[in-house]
Parts: sequence; structure tokens; C-alpha cells
Amino acid sequence: MDQQQRENFLEIRDLYVQYHTDTGLVKAVDGLNLSLAGGETLGLVGETGAGKTTTALAVMQLIASPPGRIAGGSIFLQGENLLKKSKEEQRHIRGGKIAMIFQDPMTSLNPVLPVQEQIAEMIRLHRKADADEVLKKARDMLSLVGIRPERGSEYPHQFSGGMKQRVVIAIALACNPTLLIADEPTTALDVTIQAQVLELMRELRQHFNTSTILISHDLGVVAELCDSVAIMYAGRIVEKADTKNLFRRPLHPYTQGLFRSVPDLTGNVRRLDTIAGLPPDPTNLPPGCCFASRCNIAEPDCSRSRPSMIEGETGHFAACFKLGKRGGV
Amino acid sequence: MNGPADSGALVEIRGLKKYFTVPHGLLQAVDDVNLSVAGGETLGLVGESGCGKSTLGRVVIRLLDATEGSVFFDKEDIFLYNKKALRNFRKRAQMVFQDPYSSLNPRFSVEQLIAEPLHIHRVCVNERETAAKVKTLMDIVGLASRLTTSFPHELDGGRRQRIGIARALALNPEFIVLDEPVSALDVCIQAQILNLLHDLKDEFRYTYLFITHDLSVIRHISDRIAVMYLGKIIELADHLEIFIHPQHPYTQALLSAIPLPNVDIPRAGRIILEGDVPSPVNPPAGCRFYSRCPSRWDRCLGEAPVLRELSPDHFLACHFPGRVDKAKHIRPRTALESAEL
Amino acid sequence: MIFPRKNSNLYLTLLRLKRNRLAVFGLAVLVMLLLTAIFAPRIAPYHYATQNLADAFEAPSGKHYLGTDDFGRDIFSRIIYGARVSTQVGLFAVSLAMISGGLLGASAAYYGGRIDGIIMRCMDIFMSIPQILLAIAIAASLGPGLLNLTIAVGVAALPDFARVVRGSVLTISGQEYIEAARCMGASDAWIILRHILPNCSAPIIVQSTLRVGQAILATAALSFLGLGVQPPYPEWGGMLAASRGYVRDYAYMTIAPGLAIMITIMALNFLGDGLRDAMDPKLKR
Repeated sequence: MDQQQRENFLEIRDLYVQYHTDTGLVKAVDGLNLSLAGGETLGLVGETGAGKTTTALAVMQLIASPPGRIAGGSIFLQGENLLKKSKEEQRHIRGGKIAMIFQDPMTSLNPVLPVQEQIAEMIRLHRKADADEVLKKARDMLSLVGIRPERGSEYPHQFSGGMKQRVVIAIALACNPTLLIADEPTTALDVTIQAQVLELMRELRQHFNTSTILISHDLGVVAELCDSVAIMYAGRIVEKADTKNLFRRPLHPYTQGLFRSVPDLTGNVRRLDTIAGLPPDPTNLPPGCCFASRCNIAEPDCSRSRPSMIEGETGHFAACFKLGKRGGV
Repeated sequence: MNGPADSGALVEIRGLKKYFTVPHGLLQAVDDVNLSVAGGETLGLVGESGCGKSTLGRVVIRLLDATEGSVFFDKEDIFLYNKKALRNFRKRAQMVFQDPYSSLNPRFSVEQLIAEPLHIHRVCVNERETAAKVKTLMDIVGLASRLTTSFPHELDGGRRQRIGIARALALNPEFIVLDEPVSALDVCIQAQILNLLHDLKDEFRYTYLFITHDLSVIRHISDRIAVMYLGKIIELADHLEIFIHPQHPYTQALLSAIPLPNVDIPRAGRIILEGDVPSPVNPPAGCRFYSRCPSRWDRCLGEAPVLRELSPDHFLACHFPGRVDKAKHIRPRTALESAEL
Repeated sequence: MIFPRKNSNLYLTLLRLKRNRLAVFGLAVLVMLLLTAIFAPRIAPYHYATQNLADAFEAPSGKHYLGTDDFGRDIFSRIIYGARVSTQVGLFAVSLAMISGGLLGASAAYYGGRIDGIIMRCMDIFMSIPQILLAIAIAASLGPGLLNLTIAVGVAALPDFARVVRGSVLTISGQEYIEAARCMGASDAWIILRHILPNCSAPIIVQSTLRVGQAILATAALSFLGLGVQPPYPEWGGMLAASRGYVRDYAYMTIAPGLAIMITIMALNFLGDGLRDAMDPKLKR
């Protein structure tokens, strides 16, 4: 990988994804720009309905159509536009180059296949190798995620939730993907099990150096695992920076509100600061800044046009008009 | 009398057991729990999935019958209530459920949902009074009155949970069991609901039993916190005390496992527990935490520790409270090492 | 006609149903069938039993729209009168199956344990006999006639209803809002009437619609075998049976009742499938 490729490993430009529903056109992703460097772990944070999973599915080319449709934009992976690929090429990229870990380990495994078979299946789909080799590789993957290879012939129901998620991770990493998308990988797990899986993901990151997009609503998980963070609101990225900068000094009023909403473990405050109101209806997004109606520093101008990303500090971007005016919020 | 007792307690749980017969044996969901909730207090009950916290909440308001033991509400045993007394108890003790999607009948409008308890107990003399009462309740929980004729499927999780709360408040209860009321909600909505619960308590002096798996939420809302593991209360103390001086190795591990949304707190000394929570079906004798405990001793295997007062108002069920601090200095196993244990 | 509130579940269901063309077609056909059955004496140009041997085996014409049969009876009129039997047996047999099967299924689900075991094992035994054989056996032992036909078809369909109702009652009883209602102090009757029954109506309605079709088919089959309505009263299955000897020379005699049965069953299936989709809360978007 040369320098240029490392910088623009994944580049999403002006992505629009829409769903046709009974109630109208849902603009799930509405002009999203995002880039990821090689080997980087990016946290994608946002509330339910912000468009995190839709973005991931768009990168995976898994948007169900109908009702969904990629209405515009481009997704470049190592310089190649994924949206221009044929179905066959897309299938090869999916799983081979880009792998995904889903939220619920209970439903993402096939209950009637032994776990090593499920890993082997993934390898067989993307690599040419003889049966013994594939099986050996599958068992190697199991031990890599901390499961004794002897357990490979067992079925998913014989594993606990945390162990199942390890199997899911093993399947995702089986073909050495260059990009891993993890959609809320620990949300369904208990705190102590989550700690185990996070620890594993940290170790695997060092081992494989896979570029990763970690989708989460949990700021804590993101703080632990990610190099950089992108905050998503109403189908767009509203703030992006490296993790330390963003957590120390969030610039966008939405991000600031998000941080204040989390009950912290140090103070003794009985009332939380909340963001009033609800996210906008995705079938009827306002023409201006989508956060303006909930923002306590909004001005009438904010509702007129969409703010674009402004570099508030070096490498720290936020989509807020006020940032440009005062050099900070 | 066993365990902690408080003379001013509104709810007093004594020797409570709830077992379920399952194909492979006896599932001990709640095993010999002693707890009391003082009037006006918020008692937080925290534990991982399958630890029996929701079962305990349901037994306490008699949605389930106990296998053994008693629950005293205002000094009366709720399991000895006759039909009439039980009906009266239903007015005084209420529950808010976890899932704001499945806990509301999809065929009822917002008004019908909130009015249902009023209809059941024939609180209002006519429809006009009911409508007025519903309106008041909607105001209290912050639901706009234009939503009266809406149906749950048209509303977001936060508003649905507000309906669940309004419904619980309709009969002017004294005691409310909140079973994971904010777990299904996004952080911003979660904060709004937590504030609402807090304000309601300030205004109406409710007594809460707040059940959750989320440690930051429980610390925020509770006065005292009880930690549950495999059907047993293993530690009980003031909400700040338990976070500053956790004594049980499980509590310590639980606290250290929370991912903090803060990049400036060093993550050294994290205790990563080995393995998974054992099954509550036919649990082993001795300390139930033995299999995962980073500082276990032989005695823990043979003899189950009982909950006793370690320091004033700090109760602990562990044989070696002095030694557990050492657990912090044990090198945490890597995830690979611990997975198979 | 009561106009449902704009955001109610009923309104949404109707809205979704309206969008399904096949279901609307099915509904229209069924309404026509029902009206035909009710006003048969007014619509039919001839009486069903009027014989005119001089006009026997007449091909469809302006005088006899669908021709005449071996006795010279007007087939069009007989089809119209035949709709009465089909709709009656279809509706009453399914109502019988729905009410008794529903009660059995609901009590099995509600009481659980041993009662559940006994009821459902009995249903399993019923279900292990092919339904048409069961209906034939019942009809044969009761003797022919409209009422006995209805009972035979209804009893044969009963176990299916028991299973559907038991399944949905079990699902609904496990919902948190049932627990919430108990927590409010609601009585068993309140919970069953206000929460459980309304919420399991969807699968029952769908099942009933699809079942009416099968009941009409079973009626036709029994009449074909001579176990149903007795001549000269017309029944589509009986008409088919009577005409089968002339199928080579006078095919129209067979085609008319055959088409009548086919169109009715199709309409019912379209409507049933449409209702299933329209009532599925998972498709609520």
C-alpha cells in the first residue's frame, strides 16, 4: 500500500440512501462524507435512526432493493468505486475484502451447522484450497479468537452469547478482509462479557491491522477501541476527529449534548443535561441544519442551508455554522 | 430476623426464594434474598442477564408467587392477601416495564392505554372525569395532548415509555418497580426519562425499586444499590460507597468492566472475569461466584457466604473482604487466556 | 358503515388491503356471490327444479345463458341457487369450526398443563385422519342433508382452528402488556376480552377466510359423492357429479359448476392472502 492508498483507504462521497415506505421517502443517509485511513479504527456514533447501519450496509452493498436504493454518491475502497462493480464482483468483495460483524450473535449464526463449518464455508467461498487446508484454517481461526479448536465441531447453541460473538468475529476475519465493519458488536452482551470481547478485538487489531468501522451508540466502547470518531446525526456526519480530541473537546452542539446526556461515574449530579426534542423525521428533513430545532445556540440563519464540515482545529471537523463565525462553539 | 432490616421499611423482603422447575433440574432464579426498601427511597438492583433481578422485581409485586419466604408491604405479607386486598395492593404498587414496544397493547390508543387502570379500578365516575385525569397524567409525564388519539406504533420509544410511566402513576401508587425502564432507549431519550423519574419522585415521594444492568444509570438514580449474582444479593451499600469502595470481587470486576466515555482516565488494573456466568439451574454449593472469582479460596467452595454488615450500612456476602483488594493487582488475563476458563 | 379513525389499526389494515388488487377482486367476487345467494329467487330466470325435457341438453343461448342439463333445467339458475348451499355451508361450517375449535384452543392455551395435553392430543388424532375422509365418515354416519353436511365439514375443520387459536393465545399471553394488565389488577375475564381476543383476531380471520374456500370445496366433494344436499336441490359439486356422464358431448354442463367452484375458491384465497399481508404488524412501515 503506498502513501496515497493508506490515506484514502475508504472514501465515501456524498452518499444518499433512501427507502420507499408507506409513509414516504425515508432519507436514511443524506449526503454523507467519510474517509478512513488504512489500519485505522473509526467509531461511528449516533442514535437509533441516524443512519449508521444503513451506511454500513451501503458499503457492504447489502441495501435491500426494494424498498431501499442508493440514490447518489460513490464509495471508493482502495481507489475503486464499489458502486460501479458488477453483482459478481460485489459478491467477491463482500466477505473477501469487506467483512461485517452483526449486532446479534444469536441470529447471525446458522443453528444447524457446526461452527467450524461456518468458518470453512466463508473461506471456501473466497479462496481456493483443499478441504483439509480449509478445515485447518477454520480451526486456527477458532483458537485465534480464544476458542479451543476441539470445540469446532459443536453447534452454535452449545456456546454462550460471548463465545458466539467470538465465532462471528472468527468468520468475519477468516478471509483476511482489508475492511471490517462491526455493527454494535458488544451491545447484546453483558458488561463482563463485553469486556472480554473488547479485549479480544483489541488484540486482534494488533494482530491483523485490519481497517475497522465500529458502529456503536456507546461512547465508552468507542473511547476504548477507536483511533478516530465520527458522530452521525440525521443521515450525515456532524463531527469527526481523532478520539482524544473529540472526547476532550467536542465542537458540535449535538456531540456536546450527547456527552452531557450520559450519566457519569464520578460526579453526583441528580439531573442530567438533555437535548430537548427528538431527531427530525427522516421522511421530512429540514432544508437547513437538521439539529437547529434542538440546538440552544441556533440562529435563524441555521435553518436556511446545510452547514458543511469546517475544520475547527487541526484534523477536527464539525458541521456547524457557529464554528466558522467564532472559531469555536 | 435474617439480614438487613429497617423498621421504617415500606417493602421488606425476607428469605425470598423463587425456583422454577425446568427439564434439567431446579432453576434457582432468586435464592434467599433479604432486602428492604424504605419509604421514599430508590433502591437500585443491578446484575447481569439471568441473575434473577427481573424475577425478583416480579415476585415483589406478586406478578409471580414466591417459592418460599415473604414480602411485607406496609407490614403486611403480600402472599397472604385475599382477592380484595390484592386488588387494593395493585393500586399501591405498580410496575414500569422494560420494552416500551411489547408492554403496550398495539390496539389501544394513548388515551385508552393510560385510562385502563382507571377503568379497571373504577376510579372515575364518568368518561369526562377519566378524560380529565388522563390529560393530567399526560401533562405530568410530558406527553403533548395532541397525542391522545395516537397509537403506540406511531410513537418513538421515549414517548412510549412515557405512556408506560403515566399508566403506572394513574392509580397514585406508593411503590413502583422499574424493570430496565431506559435500557431500550437512546442516550438522549434515556436522559430525558431519567430526569422525569427523578422529578416525579421529588414531587410525589414515590418509592422506587430500580432494576437495571447499566451501572452508570443505577449509580445516577439510586440511593442504595444492591448487586445481584446468580439469584443472590452479594453486596448492598450506598450508591456512592459501592462505587468508591466496592468490596466484593464481582462488584469490583463489574465496575472495572464499564467502558468509560473518557479518554483521560487510565485503564490500568482492569479485572477481566474468566468465563461466563454459570447456569442458575442446579447451581453449585458454596459461593456462587467461585468459578469466576479472581481471589477464591478453598473455604469459598465449601461454604456459601451470607450477606452481613461489613461496615455501617455496607453489606457484603464474601468470606474474604480484606483480601479481595488484592485482586486488583493480579495481572489481568488476556482475552485469549480467559476465554477458555 | 362505521368509518374507522384515521390512524387506527383497522383503518391501516383496510388501507393496505385496498392496495392489493387481487384481494379487492376477491372481495368483490365474494360480495357478488353473497348477494346472488340472498336474492337467488329474484335473479334466477327459472326455478331450479323446473324441468323441460323438450329443451334438454341445450347449448348456451340467449334463452338459457349457460344451457340446460339432462332434465332440461336451466343451468344458470341452478348455479345461482347452488351459491346458496355453498355460502351457507361455507359460512356455518367455518363458524362452527371457529367457535368450537377456538374455545378448545383457547382453553388449552389458557389452562395449560394437563388440559392442554388432553385437548391437543385429541386434536392430533383428528388431524391424523385426512380431512376429506373424516368429513365423508361423519356425513355418511349422519346421513345426507344440509345440516349434516355443515356439521361434517365443520368438525373436519375444527382441529386446525384449535391449533391456530392456541398458538396465538400463547403468543399474546407471553406479551408484556398482558403482564402489565395483571399488574394493574385486571381480572382474567378483562384480560381475555380486552387484550387476548382482539389481538389474536388477525390470524383467526385469515384462517377463516382461507377455510371457507376449503369448506366449499369439501361440500362440493361430498355432494359429488352423493353425501351432501339431495336432488333436486342444486349444489355445485352435485351438479358436477350429475354431468360427468355427459362430459364428452355436453362439456358446458361440467364447465359451469366447475368454474363457479374455481372462481369462488380463488376469490377466497386472494382475499385470505391479502388479509394476511394487510394484518401483519411486521409490514407496518
